[in-house]
Amino acid sequence: MANDKTPMQLIARGVLSENPIFRLALSMCPAVGISTTVMNGIMLGIAVLFVQVFSSVTISIFKNLIHPRIRIPTYTLTIATWVTVIDLVLAAYLPEAYAKMGIFVKLIVAFAIITMRLEMFACKEGVKDSFWDGLGMGIGFMVGMMVIGMVRELLGSGAILGYDVLGFKPLLFFILPSAGFFVVGLMMAFFNWIELYYKRSKGVQ
Amino acid sequence: MMKSKFIFSLVVALFAALLSPLAAQAGDLVVDQRFVDKKEIAVTFAGPVDKAVAGNAANYRVFEEADPDIFLELAKATVADDGKSVVLTFASPLNAVKTHVVEVKGLGGADKTVFSVSKSYLGYLFGILISALLINNFVFTKYLGLCVFFGTSKKKSTAKGMGVVFTIVMVVSALMSWFFFNFILTPYNLNFLQIVVFIGLVSLTVQAVDTILRKVNPILFNSFGVYLVLVIANCVIIAVPLILANNNYNVFETFMLALGAGGGFLLALYLMSSVSERLQLAKIPPTFKGLPIAFIVAGQFAMAFLGFSGLQLF
Repeated sequence: MANDKTPMQLIARGVLSENPIFRLALSMCPAVGISTTVMNGIMLGIAVLFVQVFSSVTISIFKNLIHPRIRIPTYTLTIATWVTVIDLVLAAYLPEAYAKMGIFVKLIVAFAIITMRLEMFACKEGVKDSFWDGLGMGIGFMVGMMVIGMVRELLGSGAILGYDVLGFKPLLFFILPSAGFFVVGLMMAFFNWIELYYKRSKGVQ
Repeated sequence: MMKSKFIFSLVVALFAALLSPLAAQAGDLVVDQRFVDKKEIAVTFAGPVDKAVAGNAANYRVFEEADPDIFLELAKATVADDGKSVVLTFASPLNAVKTHVVEVKGLGGADKTVFSVSKSYLGYLFGILISALLINNFVFTKYLGLCVFFGTSKKKSTAKGMGVVFTIVMVVSALMSWFFFNFILTPYNLNFLQIVVFIGLVSLTVQAVDTILRKVNPILFNSFGVYLVLVIANCVIIAVPLILANNNYNVFETFMLALGAGGGFLLALYLMSSVSERLQLAKIPPTFKGLPIAFIVAGQFAMAFLGFSGLQLF
């Protein structure tokens, strides 16, 4: 099964039409749990990007050697290896950011999005395409985390990336953990609304 | 049925065995000792003691068992009128989770009387259970396992089955992980392999449950649908071994944590599925259909669960 998409199309698919957070609704835990600031979103996004790209490439290289029956355990162990790498690197070089993210860096190993991309894409396609697909998905995840983080940080503490933008704190509620559910839910509804609006306007024409 | 009764009695016997040293350690003179308030320890003696000795705060030395060099400052010692009990009041609040050691000089003619004050270990274990179940509910306060949570909370029957299976998988995999962590990873300095080993053990347990369930309950097996693959690497299951490794829990604490986490997941799934069944009858705006409204409902549950955050039972 050959892939007929260009690298740019693969990336665009990951960011827009198959965005892991808003469209596929996978990996919701970090999107709700630690998306309180933009910085958290970027950090975890980088970690996920790293794991996704390297796991995709690894599986793509070895795809002909993996027996179909044991493919899921193989994926899991591959991901676990790369997560261990990024976990140790972050703990060594960025201890502060690492402490903020807590257990979620280690939990990348259980993110459904990565396993899904390996199962749907990397085990069938070539190394280059898998690289671009992984990159697209990783960036899509990072963008999703950043958007949620931006909304929460702006509304919660009136700042973006730690810089005071508004000068006042509109709604402290958005910084509180439980607001993550509301923000993600409302944003999903917003995207649904855009889609419905778009379809309706097309239908009228 | 017989078997479960047997296991239950075994568990009770184990806890009884755990508790017995606490009852015996107080010695002959000291009958009972416990934390009363945040700043107080109450001690009861077998008979009347010398009020001058027992009432003198300078005669006491109190420290946490883990830090024998740091003595806690005693504000006053109040002896009851019959001389049979004394209340020690401290200058600053005590950390009642830790075991405290009290040394008394010259009490009842003895040179030094030593006894330790701790919360009931069973209470402490129960505290871990309640904490994982309600206060730090894995779904509503730690935000783990949301994919499965939103995916399988449509029907009550599925939610119940899923929650029970999750609890079983969690307990089994947590106990295995505890064993591996304590007897293989730590002694050989292989802690950096934590993630790989834990995820392997979890997958193994899930695979076993999968095979057994396929034979025992095919209906439940079918209702899992696509989530069976995702369950293998679900964050709520892998989180338990990681937490126990972080906190250096012993085997009983691990068991309680896993049980609480699984029970909390079951509770969350059940609550959510109850609401979902009602939502199917409600008129929801088209933009909110499906996941968005589920997120809003979960957010409200999360706010409700914030209310548990001051809860302290023991």
